[in-house]
Amino acid sequence: MNRVVITGLGVISAAGHNATDFWEKVKDGRSSIGEITTIPTDTLTVRIGAEVAGFQPQEHFEKRQLGMLDRFSQFGLVAAREAVADSGISFEGEAGERSASIIGSGVGGQTTLDASYWEIYAEKKTRVHPFTVPRLMINAATSHITMEHGIRGPAFSVASACSSANHAMGQAYLMVRSGMVDTAVTGGAEATITVGTMKGWEALRVMASDTCRPFSKGRSGMVLGEGAAIFVFESLEKAKARGAKIYTEVAGHGLSSDAMDITLPDVGGAARAIAGALKNAKLNPEDVDYVNAHGTGTAANDVTETKALKQVFGDKASSLPISSTKSMIGHALGGAGALELAAVVLGMRDGIAPPTANYVERDPECDLDYIPNEPREMEINAAISNSFAFGGLNAVMALKKFS
Amino acid sequence: MTSVESDIFEIIADKAAVEREKVISNASLEELEIESLDVVEIIFAIEEKFDIYVPFNANDQDLEFDTVGDVVKAIENLIKENDGVAD
Repeated sequence: MNRVVITGLGVISAAGHNATDFWEKVKDGRSSIGEITTIPTDTLTVRIGAEVAGFQPQEHFEKRQLGMLDRFSQFGLVAAREAVADSGISFEGEAGERSASIIGSGVGGQTTLDASYWEIYAEKKTRVHPFTVPRLMINAATSHITMEHGIRGPAFSVASACSSANHAMGQAYLMVRSGMVDTAVTGGAEATITVGTMKGWEALRVMASDTCRPFSKGRSGMVLGEGAAIFVFESLEKAKARGAKIYTEVAGHGLSSDAMDITLPDVGGAARAIAGALKNAKLNPEDVDYVNAHGTGTAANDVTETKALKQVFGDKASSLPISSTKSMIGHALGGAGALELAAVVLGMRDGIAPPTANYVERDPECDLDYIPNEPREMEINAAISNSFAFGGLNAVMALKKFS
Repeated sequence: MTSVESDIFEIIADKAAVEREKVISNASLEELEIESLDVVEIIFAIEEKFDIYVPFNANDQDLEFDTVGDVVKAIENLIKENDGVAD
């Protein structure tokens, strides 16, 4: 079994169009949730979101290439470029065949899908753009990443709603760990802020009216986000051989299925995934310094997640620092786990646990330490990052400081 | 019973797949096996039927639904508060 380390990362999110800008805001606890500007909101009741505002695709892509790229693929490519450059890795020759590209996304090219439906059903057009299908397919981001970087090993997309990114990165970790590949470009990408999608989310009645306040009394639900975060996972041996900069070690992956409800989370399922990640990483509960929560800000998740953490960590739970990055960058669905892992990786590097923003009052049912509002300077030697998706699909990543 | 209340009971019976006779004001949601997603569907059906907007948030920690009557009362209040804004 190989040890797996992270040698590069790239981010594009509401908090910033690159990892540095993203971390600047997130580590300070500054929220990037605001009025939605990228789509018309006059027919919507929910008008807040965490958009990648001010994104100019033409600054990143040639006109010809743009025609083939849905917004989610654009995000995936931008983040992958940063990650690959950051790692200094080369995919020339055999290296390309020994590398994987596994990118999570919940729904893929939603903007393209939405626009095409509008054209056919509302505008009654008789044809849609020839590239409609290659743009909307969920694997588009992965495919474009392999094409741009010359990755010729295993490549596919992973879909498990809000857990897509953690599941994708988990697969990448397992592949590098087993020696099937030496390197994996992995993470998640999502761009679903369209009128149709917002209507869908509104109908579920779980969207926040003011902002995202995970674990706080008075929280009113989720805020949709978008973006992508991509990492380069490498076997420790290969990373050392080429003198790569190492961020941290990917120590473990835990997965489980609730087998209960199509939307409501389950304490048992969440606890099994958390415990599974710890076991896989050979971590005792006492070893974990920080938890990046799924923390969507819904009544259901935050209570369930609190109970699950108590179940796994027992007495240690009350002194365990936990925070939700969704409080600042919203819920990026298939991109969430990756964006949140970026916050953990950078937090471990800089010795700062980002806070849970917008926290106003203690909820008696959520009575743990959620690092409210102010970031905390602390050494993070081991951390976990949780994702608990609709349909009861749970995925947890465990990281250890590399030594 | 008003015709509006009767319509709501009809919708509840349909969405929860229970006999109409079982849907009475003090019937407990748990007994009728009505879950949170059923409540969301019931509200959707009510909005469609009456062409109104019911501003219901499933995260609202003040809303407590134990009985069918609780659901009807909450909807009536929400409509009153917001004047039953038509779509």
